[in-house]
Amino acid sequence: MIEVKDVSFTYPNGVDALKGVSLKIRDGEFVAIMGQNGAGKTTLVKHFNGLLKPTKGEVLVDGVNTQKVSVATLARKVGFVFQNPDHQLFCETVEDEVAFALRNFGFHERTIKKRVTWALNLLDLAEYRKTSPFMLSGGERKRVALASVLAWNPKVVILDEPTIGQDYKQKERLRQFIVQLTTQKKTVIIVTHDIEFVAECNPHVVLMAQGKILAEGGAKQMLTNPHLVAQTSIVPPQITQIFLELADLGLPTDLIDIHEAKEALLTFLEVNS
Amino acid sequence: MAVVETKDLTYTYPGGTKRAVEDVSITIEKGEFVVLTGPSGCGKTTLCRCFNGLVPHFYGGKVEGDILVKGLRVGEHSIHELARHVGLVFQNPENQLFALFVEKDVAFGLENLGVPRDEIRKRVDWALQMTGIEDLREMAPHELSGGQQQRVAIASVLAMQPDIMVLDEPTSFLDPLGARKIFEVISELNKELGITVVLVEHRLDLASRYSDHVIVMDGGRVILDGEPREVFNSETARVIGVGIPKAIRLSQLLEKSGVHLGRVPVTSEEASHVLKEVLKRD
Repeated sequence: MIEVKDVSFTYPNGVDALKGVSLKIRDGEFVAIMGQNGAGKTTLVKHFNGLLKPTKGEVLVDGVNTQKVSVATLARKVGFVFQNPDHQLFCETVEDEVAFALRNFGFHERTIKKRVTWALNLLDLAEYRKTSPFMLSGGERKRVALASVLAWNPKVVILDEPTIGQDYKQKERLRQFIVQLTTQKKTVIIVTHDIEFVAECNPHVVLMAQGKILAEGGAKQMLTNPHLVAQTSIVPPQITQIFLELADLGLPTDLIDIHEAKEALLTFLEVNS
Repeated sequence: MAVVETKDLTYTYPGGTKRAVEDVSITIEKGEFVVLTGPSGCGKTTLCRCFNGLVPHFYGGKVEGDILVKGLRVGEHSIHELARHVGLVFQNPENQLFALFVEKDVAFGLENLGVPRDEIRKRVDWALQMTGIEDLREMAPHELSGGQQQRVAIASVLAMQPDIMVLDEPTSFLDPLGARKIFEVISELNKELGITVVLVEHRLDLASRYSDHVIVMDGGRVILDGEPREVFNSETARVIGVGIPKAIRLSQLLEKSGVHLGRVPVTSEEASHVLKEVLKRD
């Protein structure tokens, strides 16, 4: 779906944000891009919808080189939800906000109405239909931004820090929702610092540091490797931290899931009693 | 000594029909590290705005009941006066930063209070150092990343050395290690200078280790108020869906399977400690 070939990117102020990045993301894949502040995560994903074009190398979306198409064309395929919802919201009501892109894409009013209702229900925003986005809490505004992108049904959804300001239940809903999107063969890419969320979602993880990809692999493999974790300013998930301390008793240290952790402890107690 | 006290506090935003805060009576003692949490839209941010007078002076609306900050009735004192006592770090750093240079932003509050120049320089240097952004001093805040802006926002409140620091999800844009460093700085200020901290946070795995008092809100009301261990281990916390730290949830799961840990762990260190005892015992 997305192919990044040896991409480098330098901002006009001379900052080299990406230095020779190559990455392949398949249809229906769920990818989390992690790494410290300033590692180049957001710069990388802005290449996926053509907001940024590589200084060197190329990015192919669905086989099309992003240099050769406009952001508007790419947007139909690649929806982008920004880190800060205030960069995205501007309409007077939540409903208009969610309908905005649909109108731009020229959908029929009836379809727009249906899609808006669908997206608002999905994100638990129906009661705010006629409310100004700016009356809502930070977490709610974030959901409006997400609803407005999902409404036009893009093939790829990029979420920059989707869990900021979201409570536990909404994170759980977001997780289920991402799973649902991937079963519909949609590609979901998140940029996140939320280690516990990643541990619960278990996506493919791409670790970045200083404009490069340091490693990629399963969440478990990436988050429980103390060496990789240290290089990317990540703190291992709480379950992993507990088990790293128990390593000398002979318990596994590559655990991120709480139920897995419980089973490991029960097995240990059974064997050793 | 209570530094923040609310009595039957109820507040509705102008034009709003729903009460953002309802019947809230809490007491925060001097030197406490309070974690304020609850589902999104539960009124946490609004309650914080009451502590420095943004509610009602800036937002307007109708306040019933009492808010006392260091004995001062908030409704009767200006935001400016209250700012000497209460520093608020906003959820969205962009709403807080406005100067052309980071250094200017951090110095702004002190200049307003008429602090002598040398003292301003000293405190700004200190605040920039504590938050690890000395190298950003000459940058424009609007050119910085979300994480960097959050550090600047924290530095500008730190520089004021208020008696009470209210931080509304202050590290949400920071990477986990960066967030931990900031929490450690805040915890140090709390322990060493006795600054009272009110931290709004959803990520309780990160925050609970520093806290000695947890307040949980839901639908504008305070529904739990007490010591972290007791609050997070309560049935109510589970039902309303607070992100209970994994250490506690693991101990609850084990308890259900008949493994008794004897003590409820809040942090990963405590968990591995009590688990070691249980695993060695058998």
